[in-house]
Amino acid sequence: MQNGVNQMPMTITEKILAAHAGKERVVPGELVSVRVDLVLGNDITAPVAIKEFNKIGVKDVFDRERIALVADHFVPNRDIKSAEQVKTVKEFSRKHGLPHFFDVGQMGIEHCLLPEQGLVGPGDLVIGADSHTCTYGALGAFSTGVGSTDLAATMATGETWLKVPETIKFEFEGTLKPWVGGKDLILYAIGAIGVDGALYKAMEFTGAAIAGLSLDGRFSMCNMAVEAGGKNGIIAPDEITAAYVEGRCRRPYQFYRSDPDAVYEKVYHFDVALIEPQVAFPHLPENTRPVSEAGNVAIDQVVIGSCTNGRMEDLRIAAGVLQGRKVHKNVRLIVFPGTREIYLQALKEGLIETFVTAGGAVSTPTCGPCLGGHMGILAGGERAVATTNRNFKGRMGHPESEVYLSNPAVAAASAVMGRIAGPEEVV
Amino acid sequence: MELKGTVWKFGDDVDTDAIIPARYLNTSDPKELAGYCMEDADPAFPARVRPGDIIAAGKNFGCGSSREHAPIAIKAAGVSCVIAGSFARIFYRNAFNIGLPIFESPEAAADVELGDEVSVDVNTGTITNLSKGKTYRANPVPPFMQQIIAAGGLISYIAERMKRQCTK
Repeated sequence: MQNGVNQMPMTITEKILAAHAGKERVVPGELVSVRVDLVLGNDITAPVAIKEFNKIGVKDVFDRERIALVADHFVPNRDIKSAEQVKTVKEFSRKHGLPHFFDVGQMGIEHCLLPEQGLVGPGDLVIGADSHTCTYGALGAFSTGVGSTDLAATMATGETWLKVPETIKFEFEGTLKPWVGGKDLILYAIGAIGVDGALYKAMEFTGAAIAGLSLDGRFSMCNMAVEAGGKNGIIAPDEITAAYVEGRCRRPYQFYRSDPDAVYEKVYHFDVALIEPQVAFPHLPENTRPVSEAGNVAIDQVVIGSCTNGRMEDLRIAAGVLQGRKVHKNVRLIVFPGTREIYLQALKEGLIETFVTAGGAVSTPTCGPCLGGHMGILAGGERAVATTNRNFKGRMGHPESEVYLSNPAVAAASAVMGRIAGPEEVV
Repeated sequence: MELKGTVWKFGDDVDTDAIIPARYLNTSDPKELAGYCMEDADPAFPARVRPGDIIAAGKNFGCGSSREHAPIAIKAAGVSCVIAGSFARIFYRNAFNIGLPIFESPEAAADVELGDEVSVDVNTGTITNLSKGKTYRANPVPPFMQQIIAAGGLISYIAERMKRQCTK
């Protein structure tokens, strides 16, 4: 991007917000009304939004092509009430002729599905009634979570209001250690700054280690920006992004980059050569430790999947650790691929066979166990290692259960050992 | 307008799973949600909360999921307002959108205790601890948020705007 003499330098987040506000430039703290490229809801948040939408008194949605409704949280339907919620969303989608409604069979976990289906792209402004909507920053988009009422208003108007956030830059330099991926970098950063360390801020991830990360690793990082209180996580698009979106994105897209002299609220610098695989202990994602310092923590369940780590690279890493090994007799291993396409690809590559042979159970895509919805609930006193994003009290079931967050390699190794373990103990 | 009630005190980083556990999100009925409000943080809360009671908590209240069910459950439980050191971003937005009064005041959050009688002047943001005879300031509400409140929530605000556009 050319930066003229009269223009103030801007960050990538500020540039995308300015473009969607129809302005030359924006500054942190400014309130802007922005045009939205895509708005998202799921089977929990959309029913509330539909109720509110119907109160506005408009006949039609702003643009049928720019609304995505994904039934992923309690599907396949957990009980009658959940089924009624999905029915509400399905009927609304039919009534308004929404082409991007996804139910069991076609669906995937929303934040794995939308990029895969080319519904979000670089330079987009996306809001979604799901806190992990910040995932799409991995493509160089501005995306953030909102609630159901904001979803309703945006379905009607195609616009929303946002306060331009200050940006915190996170520079990750150096070469990654073996078994360290995007999940570890974001857990490490959250451990360093705390669960409100980026409250209301944009989190921009840069540096050689980010440039070397696959898009799957980048999705994991931006996905968890909200766990530090961040408004959005974002990574400038590059040739890796270009290779992913070419021929996939259904709309024109645009690559933005931060100006070299853009203003940041704070800059953190991390040498990734010093970062081991991380484990976040109960009950906050900021309670991180290197896996080597986890101690002897016996576990009852391992969950591999979710919008954080349910993509191809994650499944390949986990299968690599589990190949030719058996899940510990005291452990239930549950693997849930992020989308139908990921599931199919994992089948073709023999990964599903590896998981099942090892003694794991493979589920159809669902958010189920991650939020303690269904398909893998913990009893009182039980402990799980999970590649998911939250370990709040009671997150995966009983209020007296515990969740330890990790990357897929640590999760797979822990499943084999029956306790929290690093992959080097197993492979 | 003045809100007055007895304080329920919680700590830092009260997450939306504590406010309304995901296992109950197969409904969006406010009354039903209210029956489980704060259950995992304090099992006695849903049965013992009385109309007008005030929730006070530390920093980052409402972190976690985007579920609007969280402020809906608090409002439907009869809680008149939430006072916290700071609020997580999505919860903050949701609370205004559905009309749950919230006040950011690190001072008050640090000082008020369980059982204190507290009143809040909504217009000035002055929080008075009647039990301790102290007053605290709440951070001012951004003017745009005040417009949303004045309109009676985001939906009424949008509906008004859409109507004006149609009649133009």
